[in-house]
Amino acid sequence: MSNFVASVGMEVHAELNTQSKMFCRCPVSFGGEPNTRVCPICMGLPGTLPVPNRKAIELVLKTALALNCTIAMHSIFHRKNYFYPDLPKGYQVSQYGDTNPLGYDGYLEIPGPDGETKRVKIRRVHLEEDTGKLMHLPSGGSGVDYNRAGVPLMEIVTEFPPDITTPDEAKDYLTQLRQTLLYLGVCDGKMEEGSLRCEPNISVRIEGTDKYGTKTELKNLNSFRSVQMGVQFEVRRQIAVIEGGGTVAQETRGWNEQKEASYLMRIKEAENDYRYFPDPDLVPMCFDDEYIESLRATLPELPLAKLRRYENDLGLSTYDAGVIAADLNRVEFFEAAMELGGDPKAVCNWLTGDFAKLLNDQGLMPRESKITAAHIVELTKLIADNTISGKTAKDVFAKAFKDGRMPSEIVKESGATQISDDSVIRNLILDVLNANPEAVTKYKSGQMNVKGFLVGQVMRSSGGRANPEMVQKIVSEELEK
Amino acid sequence: MITQLSAAELAKKIASKEISCAEALDAHLDRIEKLDEQYGCFLAVDRERAYEDAKSAQAIVDRGEAGPLTGVPLAVKDNISTDGIETTCASKILKGYIPPFDATVVTKSKAAGMVILGKTNLDEFAMGTSTENSAYKITRNPWDTTRAPGGSSGGSAACVSAELAPLALGSDTGGSIRQPASLCGIVGFKPTYGRCSRYGLVAFGSSLDQIGPLTRTVEDAALLAEVTSGHDPMDSTSIEMAPISSANLKNGSLKGLKAALPKELFADAINSGVRAQIESAIEVLKNEGVEFTEVSIPSIEYGVTTYYIIAPAEASSNLARFDGIRYGPRSEGKGHINVVERTRAEGFGHEVKARIMIGTYALSAGYYDAFYLRAQQVRALMKQEFDKVYAEYDFILSPTSPVTAFKLGELVDDPLALKLLDFCTIPANMGGMPGISLNCGLAEGLPVGLQLLGAPLQDEKLLQIAYGVEQSLPNATQRPQIP
Ligand SMILES: [Zn+2]
Repeated sequence: MSNFVASVGMEVHAELNTQSKMFCRCPVSFGGEPNTRVCPICMGLPGTLPVPNRKAIELVLKTALALNCTIAMHSIFHRKNYFYPDLPKGYQVSQYGDTNPLGYDGYLEIPGPDGETKRVKIRRVHLEEDTGKLMHLPSGGSGVDYNRAGVPLMEIVTEFPPDITTPDEAKDYLTQLRQTLLYLGVCDGKMEEGSLRCEPNISVRIEGTDKYGTKTELKNLNSFRSVQMGVQFEVRRQIAVIEGGGTVAQETRGWNEQKEASYLMRIKEAENDYRYFPDPDLVPMCFDDEYIESLRATLPELPLAKLRRYENDLGLSTYDAGVIAADLNRVEFFEAAMELGGDPKAVCNWLTGDFAKLLNDQGLMPRESKITAAHIVELTKLIADNTISGKTAKDVFAKAFKDGRMPSEIVKESGATQISDDSVIRNLILDVLNANPEAVTKYKSGQMNVKGFLVGQVMRSSGGRANPEMVQKIVSEELEK
Repeated sequence: MITQLSAAELAKKIASKEISCAEALDAHLDRIEKLDEQYGCFLAVDRERAYEDAKSAQAIVDRGEAGPLTGVPLAVKDNISTDGIETTCASKILKGYIPPFDATVVTKSKAAGMVILGKTNLDEFAMGTSTENSAYKITRNPWDTTRAPGGSSGGSAACVSAELAPLALGSDTGGSIRQPASLCGIVGFKPTYGRCSRYGLVAFGSSLDQIGPLTRTVEDAALLAEVTSGHDPMDSTSIEMAPISSANLKNGSLKGLKAALPKELFADAINSGVRAQIESAIEVLKNEGVEFTEVSIPSIEYGVTTYYIIAPAEASSNLARFDGIRYGPRSEGKGHINVVERTRAEGFGHEVKARIMIGTYALSAGYYDAFYLRAQQVRALMKQEFDKVYAEYDFILSPTSPVTAFKLGELVDDPLALKLLDFCTIPANMGGMPGISLNCGLAEGLPVGLQLLGAPLQDEKLLQIAYGVEQSLPNATQRPQIP
């Protein structure tokens, strides 16, 4: 039996977060009654002409910079010619060529499982327009919804030969790319709504050989899980085909989420000839260094850099740092808490623990809740200086979540302050020991486990407010006397 | 008679309230009703809308705000979109298509108080030089109704020549304004590429197409160019410049101007009658003080070949949108691919299909470099060679067409011969430069067009020269024998 290695190329399409479409001023948003967000231009009416959306160009350039690409300082749009009812003009405005796309020759770094970093090379980042959507009508037959036609679409393609060799890496790449796009604010990243679409191409070859196998392309993947499972399924399927003496056919396959299996959509017999040529209706885009550098200056700290900073500078575990960095809402909260002098680990625990759970139960975003970073920082300080116990803190937090009052206020009002005064605790303990002479006798005769019973009695007599660590310590001291 | 007035004269009489906008419209509509059966210029005339336009124009006049063309009826080539009026490009594939918007040139014309008279015939999608490729009707030359008016703006040229309209808009991709103007004995002006918005012009060859006026005088051409030109944010290829000004039209002098005569545009293909008229015009202009020098622009030899790669290539893509899915007639078929195939098979005429196939071939993988890319290189070279000439000369003079109006049907079966007729006009489109054709006399009773070409963006200067030439030539504004 030979060992197989897989090669996975990733082609990702991201709808850009612009107000209006790529070449007309129709609004961009998801859903809506079919053909309500259209105009003569995006419907391809005769005589209409495209006027590029500057914002879309800017968003692609920012992405290209974040993905460490070379920027094409002179870049043009091409027409990609093919017939399909969802394509209003009979061509799609896109970008062709090796060094013509707005960005090319870049890379994205992804965090590996053991704290290492893997670099995935990116061939190109280019700008194009989305197509409409063919849909089956309830009354039979089919119709086309052009609401999506002309929405600015960014295509990000990895380099060949691919750096990605496992289903996990495919998922990690997509995760890191999506986070990057969200950090940049260029795309809302909603795979289930199709604003982020991923079409991996997969091939396998015997380890040690340098000839790449025949690729299949996988479509209809609408979650990270389906990307991972789809790639895995495809790798296994191809290996089985080869081991069974067959050959892998160049084909496009769809992913069936229910059956968790891929199925044949169409066999690619020959490369489509799209007859690319420069779009004569559009003029070249030319950028100067000053403009590009001004865009570079607006780039935020990117997800992986953030993760590494949390790890190295704040001492969070890779896991914790990853959990925070993965979610911009958490990042915002966490960093506000750090500004207020919060302890990284303690804040992180609350953020990913009770807070996350309560938010999840209520279906809220952090900023929609009554809790602010100040609440969490104050709470962690009350615990740290032994004013309240961890257990009390949970109740205090739940109250604060409900009414938004500050933890210190809640603690003061309920008298729930922790008792940490040595003499007060010692008096409570002496009372308990005096009331339970037989337990003390048992302890002294070697039955050490009655100590737990005595500690419990002390805690109860204090209404749970005695500092548990001090109770433990003083009970031992008194019994040993 | 109202219909014999130039647009400038008519507008003056309207502004002074000697003639009302409705009267001006009536006169032209009556004449169209009486005579267009004979000439076949118009594909659509929307009287109701025209009277509404005339009403708004009259309101402008009554406010005392009349401009130089307010109230003047305008014929519009049927590949220029008109809100609410069927726009077919003389193709069956757009039968019944009514645009929901006006082309920018139409918006501007209406804003200037012009009245849209109707839509004029053309070769289907502007592909042709005789207007015989129209899917709807034959247009006849007012000088001889057994002859073609030229094309593709044949309807616009013939209706202005026959005085069915004072002026018209056409489009020029390889000579489609200048050549019919020449064959119909009128003025046809193609501005610099990008000075008139193409928004709303149904695209043929996007990098070559330009809208422009067909008129009976250079002054009218300058006035209509002024109204319709200027930067348009809806057209990315529109140049950020003010409209073409007519302010200094009459302030020039021909004395001392240097003109180039490219020998390639005086090739043997020029018919002897045409040659004689052009040569006598040159003599007249010499007497006016113009200095003529023969020059050579070798790349002109490749103009027609290059044009017939670039224009069809762009057309093959531009015409892909006509699939019957969103607008226009749809043929029945099994599945969407079959529907599109049958719609296009039944909707397009022969010449259009031929050009789509040529263009598709020229863009195909493996042929792109040899055809489209090479053609663009020749085009760049041609532009360089012309720029060199303009560095030394004020304008270029040549015949517009090597022949006068030919018989209807004479060349229909010889598309190659028809295409070769374009060699004098094509360079202006390849180089994006302005060009104008004006009548310089008759050969065997048929008008001969004189073409003047100017440096890109020098539209005002070219019009000024053309005005001077028109004033010098005794036969420039000669009219045909018409009812
Ligand atoms: Zn739109």
